[in-house]
Amino acid sequence: MSAREAEFLQYVEEGGAVETGDSMPDEYRAALIKFIEMHGNSELMGVLPEREWILRAPTLQRKLALTAKVQDEVGHSQLIYRVVEDLGKPREACLDDLISGKTKFHNVFHYPTKTWGDVAVIAWLVDAAAIISQKALLKCSYAPYARIMKKICWEESFHILHGRDCILALMTGTDEQRELVQEAVDRWWGPLMQFHGNPILAEEDPMYRWRIKSQANEEARQQFLDGYVPQIWELGLTVPDPKLRKRDDGVWEYSEPDWAELKHVVTGHGPKTEERLGFRRWSRDETAWVRSAVLADPA
Amino acid sequence: MQVADTVHLPRGKAFVNPDVDLFLQLADDELMLGWRNSEWTGIAPFLEEDVAFSSIAQTEIGHARAWYELAAEELGTDADALAFDREPDEYRCSPFVELRLVPDWARTIARHWLYETADAIRIADLKASDDPSVAGLAEKIDREETYHRMHADMWAERLRDEPRFLAAVDDLWPYSLGMLRDSQREQLCERVGRDPVDAIERGEHTEDLRPLWEDMTMVRRSVPGATW
Amino acid sequence: MIYEIFRQEREGQPFQHGGSLEAPSLAFAGAYAREFYGRRDESFALWIVPREAVEEIREPYVADVFDRDYRRVDGYSLKVKLKEARERAGTA
Repeated sequence: MSAREAEFLQYVEEGGAVETGDSMPDEYRAALIKFIEMHGNSELMGVLPEREWILRAPTLQRKLALTAKVQDEVGHSQLIYRVVEDLGKPREACLDDLISGKTKFHNVFHYPTKTWGDVAVIAWLVDAAAIISQKALLKCSYAPYARIMKKICWEESFHILHGRDCILALMTGTDEQRELVQEAVDRWWGPLMQFHGNPILAEEDPMYRWRIKSQANEEARQQFLDGYVPQIWELGLTVPDPKLRKRDDGVWEYSEPDWAELKHVVTGHGPKTEERLGFRRWSRDETAWVRSAVLADPA
Repeated sequence: MQVADTVHLPRGKAFVNPDVDLFLQLADDELMLGWRNSEWTGIAPFLEEDVAFSSIAQTEIGHARAWYELAAEELGTDADALAFDREPDEYRCSPFVELRLVPDWARTIARHWLYETADAIRIADLKASDDPSVAGLAEKIDREETYHRMHADMWAERLRDEPRFLAAVDDLWPYSLGMLRDSQREQLCERVGRDPVDAIERGEHTEDLRPLWEDMTMVRRSVPGATW
Repeated sequence: MIYEIFRQEREGQPFQHGGSLEAPSLAFAGAYAREFYGRRDESFALWIVPREAVEEIREPYVADVFDRDYRRVDGYSLKVKLKEARERAGTA
């Protein structure tokens, strides 16, 4: 490592904030772009499983809430891609790479949504898992990203309440409605447990050294289990993992998540990956003329 | 598919009440247009516009709800029942708002612009209503609509030389006329700067409505009478 | 074109940078700024500024080479002189 890089590393380790115009090691910039771009991709792809259900929402209130939630997610992708663009990679290049499969997005958005139960479970549990990671990013050494995370976390707060509200309506409804929730929990549990990634030692992960990430994967998963398994159980729902339990020392034990499945899915082989990327490609192609006509840089 | 003369509510009560008919026309127009506009959420031409257009869709659905609530008071039911529990031929929306326009942004903006222009005329008349609850609601709606008009005018201005947009306005012009009462159509011609043509009137639904209705009501119909 | 959005959270407060967005023109930028920084009623007012109009200066002032304590509070030590003045006036 050069003297300048060592100086930079010490600076971020001691809590220093990095702004867009600051000089930074190429490795840091590249790691930032990759990490933040994947986040933007995830927000954008996360919209697709949910937007179908806006159209099918069973009451006007739910329709409004779901539209607002999805709108927030689109807004978040805007904020995130702007940060990436200011780091040197234009939005259109990010979208090109997303659609061609060159860059990744989070595992959960590769799976189908089959019922209204999925809509409720996603807003309740998937969003909860995501918010835990997002809160940890508030301390990111790259200040423009930390700043948008503040806005993102603030906007996400209603998503959780909306999710819980949908779940409670179903769980106090008919047997059929309760069954929708249980069935959805059964299907989403695997991806949820994989969501935070396999446990990597912080010392070995460059993302921690640069203070891009500040929370270990396992810590995030434990936080999720601690917060949400009690909520799941108190409604009389079951989790499809016979090994799941909280030890006396407060640590949650569980069956080893399927890391092979996680890798397989995020490298573009999820059940809905092809279809959703295809849908993005199609809608982008159909509206290319609009961007050419009105934006400074044509698509 | 014709528009049914009477509307059957879950309790089986049929009605033929002109005021309620007007509320349902307004509500159904806004609901269907809001539904169609929300089809763009997540796939609009660029991200900033996606967020803006989504707000417009939400506001439309909010306005639909308000008109449904007025109708629901008269009919002894609730807004959701009116929005979701009727048969397709019982809706009173204009064919204009039923048309499936995604992924055509030119047609979408053409409808947006024509609709907002026509709606402004309609709302102005409603603000002058003898019925204070109608006038009051129209006043509130008008305030929110200012933003919609601004947005539509901005896009219409930007696309005014775009052949796709001009062709779309040509195509949709007869539909927009049909949205309004006869007495209001001259004003629309003036504002849009076009001569009147044979309007596509309310009274008959397009073939786009049934698939929309099936999707829109599928969760609701899956457990009839449930709370969601 | 990129626009920077500044927002005033409540009446009387300073405008603070909210974020940036891409728009075809100032009119569009205004519409989008309302959405991004106002749809939840979270801003009292907004400034919309083309990015190219913003000039940033980092570390605005060269660190003092020569002492300029005459324009700082810590450049003034009055204790000793005040004691002497009180003694003179017999009010110590």
